[in-house]
Amino acid sequence: MLAFVLAHLLAAAAAPVLVRRVGRWTFAVLAVVPALTLVWALTATGTVLDGGAVTTVIDWVPAIGMEIALSMGLLQWVMVLVVAGIGALVLAYCSWYFHTGDDGLVAFSSAFMGFVGAMLGLVLADDLLLLYVFWELTTVFSYLLIGFDPLKRANRLAAMEALIVTTLGGLTMLVGMLLLGRESGTYRISDILANPPETSATVVVAVLLVLVGALSKSALFPFQFWLPGAMAAPTPVSAYLHAASMVKAGVYLVALLAPVFATVPGWHLVVLTLGTLTMLLGGWRALRQVDIKLLLAYGTVSQLGFLMVLFGIGTWTAALAGLAMLVAHALFKATLFLTVGIVDHQTGTRDLRELSGVGRAMPVVAVAATLAGASMAGVPPLLGFVGKETVWAAVLELTEGEVAGIPPYAGWLVVVGLMVGSAFTAGYTARFLWGAFWTKPGVEATPVAPVPPPFAAAPVLLAALSLVLGFAGYPLTDAFGLYAGTLPGPTEEYLALWHGLELPLLLSALTLAGGAALFVARSAVCRAGGLVSDHLSAEAAYRGAMRLLDRAAIETTGAFQRGSVSGYLAVILVVVLVLPGGATVLALSAGDGVDVVMWDRPAQVVLAVVMVVAAVVAARSRRRLRAVTLAGVTGYGVALLFLIHGGPDIAITQVLVETVSLVVFVLVLRRLPPFFSDRPLSRSRYWRMALGAGVGLAVAGFLLVAANARSSTPISEAFAEAAYDFGYGRNVVNITLVDIRAWDTLGEIAVLVAAATGVASLIFLDSRTSGIRRVRDIPYPSDVTKLPASGGRRVWLPGPRTLSPDRRSIIFEVVTRLVFHTIMVFSVYLLIAGHNLPGGGFAGGIVAGLALMVRYLAGGRYELDEAAPVDAGKLIGTGLFIGALASLLPLLLGGEVQRTYDTYLTLPGLGEIHLVSSVVFDIGVYLVVIGLVLDLLRTFGSRLDRHILREERGGDTGAERENRDRRAFR
Amino acid sequence: MTVSLPLVVTAAVLVGTGVYLMLERSLTRVLVGLVLLSNGVNVCFLVAAGRPGDAPLYDGSNAETMADPLPQALVLTAIVITLGTTAFLLAMAHRSWQLNGNDDVQDDIEDAAIRRLALADDVSEGYEAEGEDQPAERHDEDRGETREEERR
Repeated sequence: MLAFVLAHLLAAAAAPVLVRRVGRWTFAVLAVVPALTLVWALTATGTVLDGGAVTTVIDWVPAIGMEIALSMGLLQWVMVLVVAGIGALVLAYCSWYFHTGDDGLVAFSSAFMGFVGAMLGLVLADDLLLLYVFWELTTVFSYLLIGFDPLKRANRLAAMEALIVTTLGGLTMLVGMLLLGRESGTYRISDILANPPETSATVVVAVLLVLVGALSKSALFPFQFWLPGAMAAPTPVSAYLHAASMVKAGVYLVALLAPVFATVPGWHLVVLTLGTLTMLLGGWRALRQVDIKLLLAYGTVSQLGFLMVLFGIGTWTAALAGLAMLVAHALFKATLFLTVGIVDHQTGTRDLRELSGVGRAMPVVAVAATLAGASMAGVPPLLGFVGKETVWAAVLELTEGEVAGIPPYAGWLVVVGLMVGSAFTAGYTARFLWGAFWTKPGVEATPVAPVPPPFAAAPVLLAALSLVLGFAGYPLTDAFGLYAGTLPGPTEEYLALWHGLELPLLLSALTLAGGAALFVARSAVCRAGGLVSDHLSAEAAYRGAMRLLDRAAIETTGAFQRGSVSGYLAVILVVVLVLPGGATVLALSAGDGVDVVMWDRPAQVVLAVVMVVAAVVAARSRRRLRAVTLAGVTGYGVALLFLIHGGPDIAITQVLVETVSLVVFVLVLRRLPPFFSDRPLSRSRYWRMALGAGVGLAVAGFLLVAANARSSTPISEAFAEAAYDFGYGRNVVNITLVDIRAWDTLGEIAVLVAAATGVASLIFLDSRTSGIRRVRDIPYPSDVTKLPASGGRRVWLPGPRTLSPDRRSIIFEVVTRLVFHTIMVFSVYLLIAGHNLPGGGFAGGIVAGLALMVRYLAGGRYELDEAAPVDAGKLIGTGLFIGALASLLPLLLGGEVQRTYDTYLTLPGLGEIHLVSSVVFDIGVYLVVIGLVLDLLRTFGSRLDRHILREERGGDTGAERENRDRRAFR
Repeated sequence: MTVSLPLVVTAAVLVGTGVYLMLERSLTRVLVGLVLLSNGVNVCFLVAAGRPGDAPLYDGSNAETMADPLPQALVLTAIVITLGTTAFLLAMAHRSWQLNGNDDVQDDIEDAAIRRLALADDVSEGYEAEGEDQPAERHDEDRGETREEERR
């Protein structure tokens, strides 16, 4: 069973390929899938008619008890026949309706096929959640189908309307289903129907919420407006959507739940009232449409109200009538829409004021439409008439007051409502047939292209079924009785053409007479219809709500998204001030004794004074360089604080990072103006000061309170031993980084990679690679030839030759030459020793970076490329790769991710060496950090050097050139 | 747990001055503010780490006297991340200067446009384009029909 649903979805995926190969014949090929489904359903006839059900259950998400449970009882079997049968016919019909090469055929065929599959899944689903999934899938596919031509506003609007209305209902329904599943203890529909939960307030709410979904899907008042809009879709879609799917989903759901929930308080009130109202409203509006397709669309609204009433009643007779009418409606509405498609296709218009004499030109189509129309109006001997006879019997039962929850006067209201509605139906049916096919006096005969016979096959077949089934009352009663049998009430009624001269026959005759009268007086009816103001419609309410939503979004965005970064920051900081700040004030005023010492070490006081002064002066500074230098002073101060606190690792790293930052700052600041742009002293400055002071105080308060609030022993008490036992190292901080919290570190180096890439792309703009240039690559001027030099006379550094002499410092070059290798060796030492002594990948990497930095500063960008003739991106990538590899390798050895191994290795001359696997991870970190520093040097150093050089030669500023480039690019 | 006052004061001043600078428009000042703020937060970690102790180098018996290693590991990560962030912001400041001739953070033009819409009690462009006209067409058809029928 699941295979058939999946086959539809697979066919949907394959449809684009087919369209490219066979064009419009795609639809004929696709029609095979629902046709096979139909055949399968027919082979199951025996099982189903014996009262059995075909069931499949597959576990899906066991954690929430979600299963793919499919089940086909009688009701589902009828729906499958309708969905698959009409689906196959409509798809085949599409082959003649569309032309090879039509725009949007690919998306359309795919979405249509998906739609059929989703609908099939919906009716077969035996699990509330699964049903919901297919339910929303039909919504999505119908959105795509209605929005078939996204260039037309009508399509876009209608698609959006359908999507919003049905999704709103769908989500409401989901809440109801979750409640229902919770109350029942299961989401299996068959279980819920077999053991319904006790009627409690929750169940009532749940059922009513589910009803909202059903009503919105089936376009009942007040949701009815999306359906007429949805006829903006191509006619085959309308035929399928109105007759067999989507809107039938709501009816199906009500039919499914009625056997156990029809007696829930509120059910009858909602379903019967809204159903009757919708039937009247839809019929009334259909009576005055000029577009024959729109006329049918309003007719569908009316019929859906009718079907809802029938299934909502919840008695044996009503269920029997309901199923008969459901099948009848599927057959006649599909026929009528398909004939409208043919008329529209062959004449080019759907306006009944322009159509004339079409019936003569296409008699077969006209006969099929007339048969279907007669079924819709309830004329014997068609299926629609047979159904209506039983309908009257069912609603007359209501007037006797024997149906639980429906008082006799309400029953009479329903009878009158349905009668008037049926008269409307007969009226607009006549108007439709007259409008589409009649020869009208005073209107020129419409030119009609000949109809290819296969094009008319589907409507003719369906119309014939409407006729044949009209004579099949007894077998239908037997079959439908299986569903009706799940409902209470007298079981004497049966489906037949002739019940004798009884009240139902009289009612049928009365409605037909009423319909005839409405048709005769059609101009008066149209006038009366035009008097009703359109502005009071539900659609106006919908549009009002959408407008309100848009306005609210604008107002909210306008109020909160001020577009000023400092504004957002201020909001965040004020929240910090008010909430945590307020909490600290409360905690401090509670007087839980704050334990403060004047210092841990006297040096703290000295450092604090220096840092406070530096910070305040930095904040007041108007020179960029001064501000940056003073910020650096606070950084070094922090490093010293770390050191006296007992953190040599972080102290080293802080000093190194501070140095790198300072150099990088200076490299960039040489390009920026020395002073900050002059800004007039404004009042906002005092606000900023106040906010800064407030947040600072809040932080102080928070520190005092938080430090005194510690009540448990820190987790890190166990770190030291764990580091040695599992990480095989003595430097606890380093082992924490490469083993205990290695995920953290892996994430961190990933951030570094992102930052380095970001920096490079902001400066290089076009490409990530910087293009390494060695000194030997520099071409000699044309009038200079290089003579082979005798070996042995090497320069201290090769790069500085490229600099002009006034920028060189021989002492610096010599010192650089002498210390570079020493620093590099030291960095490797830090990397390896970091396991047991202060150091590690970070510190080692930055030291190596500093060595490169010294080379750059001494000899310029060529010297940097001589020192590191490798692309920074490759270095960073390799580092990240090694880090990830080191994390995953233990998996191969049978351990967990990032587990550390160790081994002892004896080397001649060096003695025994303790090898620890986490060093590999640290090497990754090391490479990433070197890459980062190298990247910073290449971008802020080499690249900016070249910018500056170019400007000195060209004379124009960087900004001007950028603008010129961008203009040229445009 | 006792708290050392100089640490608290330092952290508070660094955070306060950092916040003051971050609320500025000049990206370089924002950056300096960020550096000060990060330093302040790192000092907060020191407060959270408790009393000073020996360097966390385990020799088998000194677990009791060593400083808390966990905040140190966290701070180490934070220091390096700050370097990355600083570099990135610097690149942005440079780019802004390249394009605009200054490194000031500009207000968003789109947001200003939305604010004007809000002040004018207007709807969004997307809504205008999608929403208003089409249903009127359908109603016109209805009315057209009525007029047509009247004429007959």
